[in-house]
Amino acid sequence: MKSEALSHIRICDFTGQLAGAGATRWMAAFGAEIIRVEDPARLGKWDVLRGTSPFVDERRGHEFGGCFNNHNVEKLGITLNLRTDKGKDLLTELIAECDAVTENFAAGVLERLGFGYDRLREIKPDILYVSNCGFGHAGPYRKYKTWGPIVQACCGLTFTSGLPDMPSAGWGYSYMDHHGGNFMAMAIMAGLIHRSRTGEGQWIDMSCTDAGATMLGPAVLDYTVNGRPLRRDGMPYSNRSQFPAMAPHGIYEADGHDAWLALAARDEGDWHAIAELIGIDDRRFADLAGRLAHEDDLDDAVRAWTSKRDRFEAAAELQAVGVPAAGVAKPVDRVDNDANTEAWGLWPTVTHGEMGRVRVDGIPAHFSDTDWVLERGGPLLGQHNRQILGGLLGYSDADLADLAAEGVI
Amino acid sequence: MAGNDLPGALAGIRVVELASEASAYAGLMLAGMGAEVIVVEPPEGHHSRGFEPFLDDEAGPERSLWWWHYNASKLGVTLDLGEEGDRDRFRSLVGTADVVLESERPGRLADLGIDHDTLRADHPELIWVSLTPFGRTGPRSQEESIDLTVLAAGGPVWSCGYDDHAIPPQRGGGNQGYQTGSVFAVLSAQTALLARDRTGQGQFVDVSLHAAANVTTEFASVQWLVAGEEVQRQTGRHAAVEPTTFTRALSVDDIDVNTGFPPRSARDFAVVVEWMESLGLKDQFEEFFFLEMGTQLEEDLHLSQIGQDPEVTAMFGAAREAVRFIAQNITAHEFFIGAQERGLAVGIIYSPEEVLADPHFQERGFPVEVEHEDLGRSFTYVGAPYIAPKSPYRVRHRAPHIGEHNHLLA
Repeated sequence: MKSEALSHIRICDFTGQLAGAGATRWMAAFGAEIIRVEDPARLGKWDVLRGTSPFVDERRGHEFGGCFNNHNVEKLGITLNLRTDKGKDLLTELIAECDAVTENFAAGVLERLGFGYDRLREIKPDILYVSNCGFGHAGPYRKYKTWGPIVQACCGLTFTSGLPDMPSAGWGYSYMDHHGGNFMAMAIMAGLIHRSRTGEGQWIDMSCTDAGATMLGPAVLDYTVNGRPLRRDGMPYSNRSQFPAMAPHGIYEADGHDAWLALAARDEGDWHAIAELIGIDDRRFADLAGRLAHEDDLDDAVRAWTSKRDRFEAAAELQAVGVPAAGVAKPVDRVDNDANTEAWGLWPTVTHGEMGRVRVDGIPAHFSDTDWVLERGGPLLGQHNRQILGGLLGYSDADLADLAAEGVI
Repeated sequence: MAGNDLPGALAGIRVVELASEASAYAGLMLAGMGAEVIVVEPPEGHHSRGFEPFLDDEAGPERSLWWWHYNASKLGVTLDLGEEGDRDRFRSLVGTADVVLESERPGRLADLGIDHDTLRADHPELIWVSLTPFGRTGPRSQEESIDLTVLAAGGPVWSCGYDDHAIPPQRGGGNQGYQTGSVFAVLSAQTALLARDRTGQGQFVDVSLHAAANVTTEFASVQWLVAGEEVQRQTGRHAAVEPTTFTRALSVDDIDVNTGFPPRSARDFAVVVEWMESLGLKDQFEEFFFLEMGTQLEEDLHLSQIGQDPEVTAMFGAAREAVRFIAQNITAHEFFIGAQERGLAVGIIYSPEEVLADPHFQERGFPVEVEHEDLGRSFTYVGAPYIAPKSPYRVRHRAPHIGEHNHLLA
């Protein structure tokens, strides 16, 4: 069973890692035919995640990368050695059958392989080509290399996370690899919608750093309009809320090892509920201006209550009086012990050709009519050569055997 | 690419958005792609018009920069959904829409008789995207929630913070919980539009902020799902099962940089040697010998050799320290450019406002001037996430005043 939402779309896909593979992952979940093209000579290792941890067991190698499986569910995989003329011919035939070509190589790599946009257009005049790299294909940094943390640093996101007078804490993972993929999916689908309306293809030049910089709008306007930079004394203070101003608003110590509770007062109603529940009666905190002026003392008063309580029980007490609160969830809490993620079906199990049954990230949207389906794991190297090169392009099993013997696939 | 006035990819698509801080970014993106996004507020204006920062720090419903940013490119109408007449106007407006985007508490619109179930029969082609904290039906669907609690309950906070675990984990800034959900709301709307091309039918899409955060944590989830291992937060680098080494340095101009992976090939070592010599730092760096040794490598160093082979460990350590030492002796920008021009992937930790002046963003036309004819001024906004020459993403115009486009209501 497959989703029917995007079943009319076929993509020749060179994406890898998460920042690229995440884009076509979404589309595969909704039924698009995503054909990953990999290099047989290097065992598909232009995506290093093919062979890196986490692992399901002691087995290692290019079929055992846990992240690769997670990021490439429901995709098809073929091998083409693009150093060979026959490999290039096969790719040309494949592109002619596709709606889009997608990649997140360093800028210029696909062109050097002989498949820049001009060539793609020769093969198929209305092809959509979406490239995605850290700094895009235009601009002075187009040759620079990035991965998630560097993108996050250069677009301003890293700086926004942390405490005053401390180095920035940043993001403890590649947030912008996720959103690099998501914005790339946005760009691909925007291009497909335009193409379906006008018949026009185009080359969309996606830069992860630009995408990240769209995510900090109010802070930028505070500077361009009011001249107030975020790089200033006392800032950033990211567990507190500046836009809008709220107090209390923070992450507080709870009872237990490395246990924390998030809570906030959105308005005076929330504040009165908090004050009554935890027994704070201090005239300094009577209004927001007072609470902001004495925020350190306010936080101490809140902490005196939270630190003696289990984070989830305290959150439930606060929720019961209408206050937004949540225990800081560890992976086990939200993956194995959260009734909501379970009800959502957020961690589906897929079947991978070597790893067997593995749980993966689900999709955070449910569609009433054409919902996503995640059942098949990431493709083994060349797993779908017969289906695509045979079924789609018409090569016989004998042809494929020859191509394999010649090192083309 | 600036000045490209072609219509966007979603030209001709009308989106009706019920104003909300959670979905505002989704509406902004759809409008940037060319959809006509009509944001519906209560008659007194949406409460996010009261969010800081304000123009010249003076509060006022038309002065919130928060509102300006998130509602740029949109049109604005006011309706009191508590009144039957306005509910009829809402029904009429929805009848002209391709997409409805809303973040109302589950059940509220059904109680008012203006939910998708009620309106679908008359508008089978309508796409309805709901973005709520926990989705519409789960056991936590009625919980109170804001950006902070989305990120705390959904996983991102666990991975962010400092090596010292007596310091609370950190929430990254900029409403990323709302925005992450919004990004998935945009993908949902686009996917449903593409599906409608084929089937002619609209549908309902239930997007959860909590689920969105949960599947946006990279290793934290996958490490647990695959191997049952829990990552731990670290200052300025990936949360990991086993501690990793620093990737930060403070430059002479007091700006932090990300020093990236240490050199591991002969070419990388040669680059560091050359750079150090050209800066005249060679004599101040005691382990220079190990860098020169690195230039003789026949195979790239591999992380697994650290701690096993003393010579490799020394070379790795020297390379890492050398890059940090260079960073500490020049400005952050000199370091960033100097390393990247030499093929070493490092980053400069800009604050958000510093981004706009950088040549990369300038040359790509990222900062855009938005006219505020009401104030007789224009201001610089953040621009497009990608460059699409045939269907450009654009910031089209300033955010609407309260009820500015009420003439659109029947």
